[in-house]
Amino acid sequence: MSDRGVRPSPAGNSGAPALSVEHLSKRFGDRIAFEDVCFEVGHGEVFGFLGPNGAGKTTMVRTLGTLLSPSAGTAFIGGTPLTPDNGVEIRRRIAIMPESPGLYLRLTVAENLECFADLYEVPDPTDRIGRALRAVNLVGRAHDACGSLSKGLRQRVALARALLSDPELLFLDEPTAGLDPVATRDVHELVTTLSRSGVTIFLTTHRLDEAERLCDRVAILNTTLRTIGRPAQLRERLFATTLTVRTLAALPDPGGVFAGLPAVEGWHQDGPATYVLAVSEQAVAAPAATRALVAAGAEVLSIGESHHSLEDVYLELIDQDQEAGQG
Amino acid sequence: MRVHSRRIRAMFRKELREYRHNGFIIWTMAIFPLIFLIQPLVVVFALPTSASAQLGHEHLLLYMLGIPAIVPAAVAAYAVVGERQQGTLEPVLTTPIRRQEFLLGKALAALVPSVAIAYAVYAVFLGCVELFAQPTVASALLRGPDLLAQLLFTPLLAGWSIWIGIAISTRAGDFRVAQQLSILASLPTAVVAALVAFNVLYPTLGLALGLAAALLLGNGLGWRITAATFDRERLIISTK
Repeated sequence: MSDRGVRPSPAGNSGAPALSVEHLSKRFGDRIAFEDVCFEVGHGEVFGFLGPNGAGKTTMVRTLGTLLSPSAGTAFIGGTPLTPDNGVEIRRRIAIMPESPGLYLRLTVAENLECFADLYEVPDPTDRIGRALRAVNLVGRAHDACGSLSKGLRQRVALARALLSDPELLFLDEPTAGLDPVATRDVHELVTTLSRSGVTIFLTTHRLDEAERLCDRVAILNTTLRTIGRPAQLRERLFATTLTVRTLAALPDPGGVFAGLPAVEGWHQDGPATYVLAVSEQAVAAPAATRALVAAGAEVLSIGESHHSLEDVYLELIDQDQEAGQG
Repeated sequence: MRVHSRRIRAMFRKELREYRHNGFIIWTMAIFPLIFLIQPLVVVFALPTSASAQLGHEHLLLYMLGIPAIVPAAVAAYAVVGERQQGTLEPVLTTPIRRQEFLLGKALAALVPSVAIAYAVYAVFLGCVELFAQPTVASALLRGPDLLAQLLFTPLLAGWSIWIGIAISTRAGDFRVAQQLSILASLPTAVVAALVAFNVLYPTLGLALGLAAALLLGNGLGWRITAATFDRERLIISTK
């Protein structure tokens, strides 16, 4: 499965997308981590990578980060092919924030960042470290030992470390795993700020609300790529558009009210006085249903589009996989 | 393949900072040299003047080459497995650092303090012998060729011992196991130094040159072989 609906690339990079993955597979012996995965990520896009535990998300990040070699297929980072010879070049252009911050706990925040600034050979490391610390609101903690910081603050240090090299493509692997709501909100704000500044972000997450809120597009991986697109697109693709009608009392003859209405393809009762209409065109069906209800003397409480969240999409796909596995 | 000195320096400096904050490593660095210092000092102070003739046929000073043979291996054993155990290896390997640079940085960080400690212990030993031992014992013990051999063989032995320690560290799954194996693997070089010290192996210029050449070759090969067997994928997927 592939999706070519990505943002155009900025000038000066040969028109290549930020990330292009072509039939990529990774196996560990007989075990398949992911298989035949294809997708592209446009420049400046926030791309969500979702999937259950063991779906291959972290392995995908590690493969694209040149830590693991693919078993088959290929990928291009800003047009540079993912080969062992290009490992250093690719790692210069990307940054990865792993799920576990992986900080040197005995060293201070500044000492951790100095080490990584030198590993990335950034020019003027003092200035760059200052900018990274300001970006994550940690200037006041620069001289604290990382071991003395809370989990949320360590995550912020890891994010500052990932920003040191001004990466073209930033991989965030479960950046809010285990964080409290305040720390999570801070990370979300940072992702939004980075996205606005043009950084391409590849975000793996379990948190569907996070993906829905932050990501331009999402892909759902369960060893193979199950679907890809904008959250709204996925909802439309997987679920029929429906209207939910709530009345004060149950309709004596709902079939007589809803049958034959323009753009209404079917209906079912979903509670004592709640009706769900499958519609082909909401703008036509909603006024028609309203008129029919009023004509039938019904007291209408609300008529609205039924909302399917990204979670509904995700659970539907994973349920399908489980049923297929059992079948 | 070009190695970048800044990335090597980054690893080197980071390691030294970690040593400073890690009491366990400091103790590891201190305990062996103290053993190698105190035991010969006690023996030397107890020697009467008449023992100087016997000392003239031995090379007790070279016994202290056990310090660079053992201490660096114990420190280097932490190099890779320590990073894996604390979860810091993956972030480092996602930077542009090459495995050769990573290993060189680690090796230098074990070499410099180990050699410095060895030289400091030699200086303390020489000072104590000059000041407190019988003068004839001191002059029999402190001979120019032995001192020169001591100075030259210290970094060579330490280098060899470090590559053994790092090689074991890249394969081990636990730091304590890595340290025990590294010390065990570095014992043969310490035994050779002891055999020379006690005149079982008679030290000649030819033997010295042969051993030095073998150690130089071992150091070069150690770096290349360790780098060649440094498997990012295995190290990452087996990281907890």
